[in-house]
Amino acid sequence: MRWFWIDRFTEFKSGSHATAIKNVTLAEEHLHDHLPGFPVMPASLMLEGMAQTGGILLGESNQFAHIVILAKVPKMTFHSWACPGDSLLYSAKLIQQSDEGGMVEVKAHVGERLVAEGEIVFAHVDDAANGGAKIDQKNFVFQILRNVMDVGKAGNGTGA
Amino acid sequence: MPSRDEIFEKVKTTLVDALGLDEDEVNGSSRLKADLGAESIDFLDIVFRLEKNFGIKIPRNELFPESLFTADSGFAENGRVTDKGIAELRTRLPHADKDTIEALAKDPRIENVEDLFTVNMVVNFLTAKLNG
Repeated sequence: MRWFWIDRFTEFKSGSHATAIKNVTLAEEHLHDHLPGFPVMPASLMLEGMAQTGGILLGESNQFAHIVILAKVPKMTFHSWACPGDSLLYSAKLIQQSDEGGMVEVKAHVGERLVAEGEIVFAHVDDAANGGAKIDQKNFVFQILRNVMDVGKAGNGTGA
Repeated sequence: MPSRDEIFEKVKTTLVDALGLDEDEVNGSSRLKADLGAESIDFLDIVFRLEKNFGIKIPRNELFPESLFTADSGFAENGRVTDKGIAELRTRLPHADKDTIEALAKDPRIENVEDLFTVNMVVNFLTAKLNG
């Protein structure tokens, strides 16, 4: 299993905003115990999905020149839940960015229903910040996540 | 031009949002770390919010020059700020409280540098920047 908590981007406007979809399925093991008899997507994993959407948005705006890590979640409110069969739509809006990092506003919806909203702050971690030592980028979720950018390249199956 | 009081109110709102505080916890003399519980990553958040709320750009290290005291800077030695470091602080932090810098010059332990980062320092910085 890979640490992908978004399935596909459905909209990507470089340096501005992005939306990604996460289809919740009963095949996911965490839903077997969370919660017994009432399978719902854990809030922490929804937060991770929103952070992945926003993190890629920030990283792409710098052509992935920086390693982006989640630094802080100043605000996050969960209004509702998502269960197997739901499609969670995560949206992220880039509101601030600098050489040091960036900040996004995020929301999660199932259809018209608002499930969560909040803010996430990211920091850039670079070789310079690591005392000049080379960072092993393979260990970073962020690098693996860039693969999500490739999803959809196979087309939609219609051959169009 | 915004008055100092208007700037203070906006800075207070910024800190309440960034640090999850109650409004009455924030005073001019509050130290961001020791009194308001800010951690290093909060400074990035605070700078982002100030930029957004005041519609300005704050260049890296201009407001909170945290990286001043790296090992090879010559500004710190054996956990203490050197005379050169104190001189640098006076130049780089004209918005800091003068008395606190004098206190630091007398007791230059490096952890005391954080005491310079107060709500008033942020307000002074913004007042100069917005009215300068």
